[in-house]
Amino acid sequence: MKNKIYRTFDEAVADVPDGSVFMSPGFGGVGIPRNLLAAVNRQGAKGLTGISNNAGTVDAKVDVGTLVAAGQVKKMCCAFTATPHPSQVTAFVRMYNNGEVDAELIPQGTLAERIRAAAAGIGAFYTPASVGTELAEGKEHREIDGKVYVLEYPLHADYAFIRAWKADTFGNLQFRLTQRNFNPIMAMAARITIVEVENDIVPVGELDPDQVHVPGVYVDRLVRIPPDGIWD
Amino acid sequence: MCDRLAMEFQDGWIVNLGVGMPTLCSNYVDPRKSLIFHSENGAIGYGPLASAETADRYLVNAGGQQVTAVPGMAIVHHADSFGLIRKGMVDVTVMGAYEVAENGDFANWRVPGRKGGGIGGAMDLAACAKRVFVALEHTTREGEPRLLKRCTLPITAPGVVKLVVTDLGLFELTPQGFKLREHAPGWTLDEIQALTGARLSAADDLREFRLRASREPR
Repeated sequence: MKNKIYRTFDEAVADVPDGSVFMSPGFGGVGIPRNLLAAVNRQGAKGLTGISNNAGTVDAKVDVGTLVAAGQVKKMCCAFTATPHPSQVTAFVRMYNNGEVDAELIPQGTLAERIRAAAAGIGAFYTPASVGTELAEGKEHREIDGKVYVLEYPLHADYAFIRAWKADTFGNLQFRLTQRNFNPIMAMAARITIVEVENDIVPVGELDPDQVHVPGVYVDRLVRIPPDGIWD
Repeated sequence: MCDRLAMEFQDGWIVNLGVGMPTLCSNYVDPRKSLIFHSENGAIGYGPLASAETADRYLVNAGGQQVTAVPGMAIVHHADSFGLIRKGMVDVTVMGAYEVAENGDFANWRVPGRKGGGIGGAMDLAACAKRVFVALEHTTREGEPRLLKRCTLPITAPGVVKLVVTDLGLFELTPQGFKLREHAPGWTLDEIQALTGARLSAADDLREFRLRASREPR
């Protein structure tokens, strides 16, 4: 069996080239791969396209916004391109308003389904979300059984950075409570999936197959978060 | 205000609460009703906001606030969570808004003069939930009405709002527009009409806000 375990986050992201498309999960501050994002920040890849629910928050923690602030990101695909209140100005909002970073604003359910479509080999799908709004303008519409839908395409990525609760050496993953959020669909959608793991990576066979959230076949690299890593 | 909307929830409903004021609805529910609170990040059947003792940093609601688990809760990933929404299983979603129009349109994702916006799950929920309730201040800080004939801001979904609560009243959306069902203490229909950008009608049984005498303990 191919060894998927990397000693450091820096080794795990060393080959991420300029211009890559990456996925970064997390919702409400939970399930964010902060250690891997910090490593990509140190590694310095530029011209990245990010797929994530938001583009960073006002807190000082490492997230997608760290890469945006460092000028490593050229475009974000996300459900928020503004903060809830105008007084909250993130690096992304400042740079987006100045035209230094591009963005595609996507309804959150459409974002999730576009990721799942990439994970599931679906060529496109129709959704009722955004019909009748300016976000649906220019998109193909279709009426099916009396209801109007818009056509949406999958979002593919070169890399997914994932935060998991438990893993085995084959890369079978488990998440805890709402840490799950975008993690499984992104882990299954990307070409190369890199995971930071909160608990000791256990030998194959120790995880109950019925309790696996992401099968190891989707996972390429694993790093156990060290005691001095980013935990929250 | 959210207390008043929460009183409309029926036993057994799946309820999705928007970020901000609406999340407070999960604290003020009638213990005689069994409600299932759903949040976009995949918690189906969570409980009230957590205290310092009950908080678990792995369990948050749509606003990122730590909430409590209740027996029977289930967790799904984000795509399945929105599958539940698009299938139409959410009985009611409660959201904030900048504007609501008499045709049921509402706007809550972009403000004038700002590039970009914050959609989150609002468009999916608004398009697919069985009922959309909106809670908002009756006027802007400048005193301009937020209840209008037509929205001036880009809308979140067309024709979906069923019930609106403001600091001045409870309004039902009917084919004839806003119908005032309850008013804040001391306010008349004419006074509320003067601060509203669309024509109001009065319910036959128009009365003062019906609010619970005391809040249920958490």
